[in-house]
Amino acid sequence: MTRSPTLSRRALLRVTAIAGTGFMIGCEDPSVVDDNTNSASDTNTNIDTAPLTFNHFINISTDDTVTVVVKHLDKGQGVTTGLPAIVAEELGARWDQMRWQYSPADSTRYNNLFWGPVQGTGGSSSIANSWKQLRTAGAAAREMIINAAAKEWGVPATEITVSNGKAQHSSGKTASIGELAIAASQITPPTEPKLKLARDFKLIGVNASGKLPRMDSKEKSTGTAQYTIDVKRPNMLSAVMAHPPLFGATVKHVDDTKALQIEGVEHVLTTPRGVAVVAKHHWAALKGREALTIEWDDSAAEKRSSDELTAYLQKVVSEPMTAVREEGDIKKAFNESSKTIEMTFDFPYLAHATMEPMNCVLQLKNGECHIWTGSQVPTLDVGTVAAITGIPPENVHLHVQFAGGSFGRRAVPDSDYVAETAMIAKALGKTNPIKLQWTREDDMLGGRYRPMAHHQFQASLDNKGNLTGWHQRATAQSILRGTPFEAMISGAVDDSLTEGGKQLPYSVPNITVEAAEAEIGVPVLWWRSVGHTFNAYSTEVFLDEIAHASQQDPVELRKKLLTKHPKHKKVLELAADKSNWGSALPSNTARGIALHESFNTVVAQVAEVTLNGDGSYRVNKITCAVDCGIAVTPDVVKAQLEGGIGYGLSATMGEAITLKEGRVEQNNFHTYQPLRINQMPEIDVHIVESNEAPTGVGEPGTPPAGPAVANALRALTGKAITQLPIGPSVTT
Amino acid sequence: MTEFTLNGKTIQYDGDPTMPLLWYVRDLAELTGSKFGCGIAMCGACTMHVNGQATRSCSLPMSALDGATVVTIEGLSTAAGEAVKEAWQEHDVVQCGYCQSGQVMQAAALLATNAMPTDEDIDVAMQGNVCRCATYHRIRTAIHAAAKKLEA
Ligand code: FES
Ligand code: FES
Repeated sequence: MTRSPTLSRRALLRVTAIAGTGFMIGCEDPSVVDDNTNSASDTNTNIDTAPLTFNHFINISTDDTVTVVVKHLDKGQGVTTGLPAIVAEELGARWDQMRWQYSPADSTRYNNLFWGPVQGTGGSSSIANSWKQLRTAGAAAREMIINAAAKEWGVPATEITVSNGKAQHSSGKTASIGELAIAASQITPPTEPKLKLARDFKLIGVNASGKLPRMDSKEKSTGTAQYTIDVKRPNMLSAVMAHPPLFGATVKHVDDTKALQIEGVEHVLTTPRGVAVVAKHHWAALKGREALTIEWDDSAAEKRSSDELTAYLQKVVSEPMTAVREEGDIKKAFNESSKTIEMTFDFPYLAHATMEPMNCVLQLKNGECHIWTGSQVPTLDVGTVAAITGIPPENVHLHVQFAGGSFGRRAVPDSDYVAETAMIAKALGKTNPIKLQWTREDDMLGGRYRPMAHHQFQASLDNKGNLTGWHQRATAQSILRGTPFEAMISGAVDDSLTEGGKQLPYSVPNITVEAAEAEIGVPVLWWRSVGHTFNAYSTEVFLDEIAHASQQDPVELRKKLLTKHPKHKKVLELAADKSNWGSALPSNTARGIALHESFNTVVAQVAEVTLNGDGSYRVNKITCAVDCGIAVTPDVVKAQLEGGIGYGLSATMGEAITLKEGRVEQNNFHTYQPLRINQMPEIDVHIVESNEAPTGVGEPGTPPAGPAVANALRALTGKAITQLPIGPSVTT
Repeated sequence: MTEFTLNGKTIQYDGDPTMPLLWYVRDLAELTGSKFGCGIAMCGACTMHVNGQATRSCSLPMSALDGATVVTIEGLSTAAGEAVKEAWQEHDVVQCGYCQSGQVMQAAALLATNAMPTDEDIDVAMQGNVCRCATYHRIRTAIHAAAKKLEA
């Protein structure tokens, strides 16, 4: 399979092709399966029954259950359903016999095949990187079952098939895969098992006979699913951290006299990241923190306000930049144009604001470390903790928990909250497990935002209204610069500034895309779809401006410009068609379209928006078309698109982190306003039928949602929206 | 001393009267189904039923509980509660799942007083419950489905 160059930025160390990586077959010790604290539910079985491990991804038990070892974090995207589905299909298992289990942290066996020797979840890659790996694992197990049955029955293997969890011989003889498990484990694993043909798929794909119910629905619908916040260990203590009020400030002096008098407070510890209060329970720790008096040294802190930062970004864009894409001659195009169009965009910082604020449980004991957390990048978190504690990485054991959302927040180059927990445990010098729980305020004020950005656009039209020139200039902070991953920046500028802008799919004879990194002391991070968040918005809103200026229908213009991208065109047409693009609507209602590729997945969305007399508006409906290769579990794909759209709408309509003299002005959900149910449109997702390898769906739903809504509002008001968020109303 | 019932069990509490019910239930009663999301009654993740009303337990001090009946997701067993939990699974509402205990408690309280809510009723009753995974679309569908189940 091919991958776009944009992914390499998120490929933490290097990109490795799927084929030829360390897929091993062989009977292994079942202890590869971690002692998993998540095993309370009936769908997430504890593997005490010593099943037969066919390779390090599949355990088939004599009780007929098949457990898939999941190397990725579930943060809502449904990997605990999607990954077992791939195995079930190749193996020939029944859905009701499938189980799952998180893998331990192990970057040699459970690495992300797109990230080299790093175990991690991100870049919408869980299904995509596991596709061939788990198919191969499932097919190998199937062949071993078949060969075991052939031996037992004394018949040729070619006469045996496996389906519905049973091996069957043409004579009518059958045995369940559980019954054959012991014999199958004695079979030499095939080196090149034969994969099924796509047309023979029964469980996966849009034509599967029925929906595969999510594996985690029951525990998450009944309050029994366990997250980091729910971890309980003997003698565990609760910690909260007082962070510096400005980014870059440090602790100067602490008076903890009053805090230590609070009932339940046991210790106050100063760490390189702030002052920790350790107590019997969370409430006592919070009261202790309130009673602290801390003097901070803010001499090196970032003290600018948002308006100063906006002015600074505008200044960066007015200065020379680095070209990241240059085709044709943009100067000539503008010199010869009969019309030019210009537009600038401003994007705010955004918080991830996962429902579960950041947290971690960590214990240091007998030279070993145990960590319980919803880790997106175990290799990173283990390495960071090893460096802080001096414990070798092989003695740092990570127990992955369900994450109450992440959207990128739990993949942090310096492992911020995990590092803090390790610092607290180390400073404490005892064996008690420490649970660090950030409050919502800690989480929202804690940085690691989607960067602010400023974009400038110019387009030229010839005398027939054809688009002849496209010039984008973009600035934002780099996500990777100054982190251990700086070496991944391949050119002069971090790719996140222009990703999705640089790859503009439209045929324009003269294109220049330029960028320069901004330097601001506010920590930033990838946020669901990363640079695509602003580039999808600015390019698609600007394109609609061009459509209006040249009096063309936005869908027709896009079709005309997509000559080199038939896949994009097909997705665009599907969304337009399903939304009844062009059909009559009430005069206060309009449609807007946006198209964007991210993580190798192409998504088009049509928003239908109603504008009220007072400038308030309502998004009634989003019609979405997606080409993500084969949709392994189509209902989960739909859910990811629905959620991704909601996340994009939330940011576009209401979210912004702003600063006043370096202090963040939003600290909880009353000032940082997430989308609520009354703002959620109806969503109608259409998946393009495909037999291509699957591509990501966790992020690609997010980028087109905002520009689709803005383009509908543009159609209603005649004014493009160039500053986000839109807010509750627009000027008419 | 505060005396109340928690999922049918009588509790006598004489600790810090300002401690929010949520932290008592999570850290001291060790029932972790109710979640912490904001601490200021703005997200609904901590929703419990107090005397039958959907209540933000993060903002209710223990001192206010004398004589109260408290039910958490672990103790939710009303007909409406069961219908909601079933509908949630049939429609695969959950994504990360973290907000869903609160959503289920809020939806069960809605159906206890309004057997056949409209979309508008659902919007009004559920808008205090944030879902960052934006499962709202399916929450709406599942509440309608639960209402139909209860009618049958
Ligand atoms: S935690 Fe109680 S409403 Fe948010
Ligand atoms: S399911 Fe993740 S916050 Fe609601």
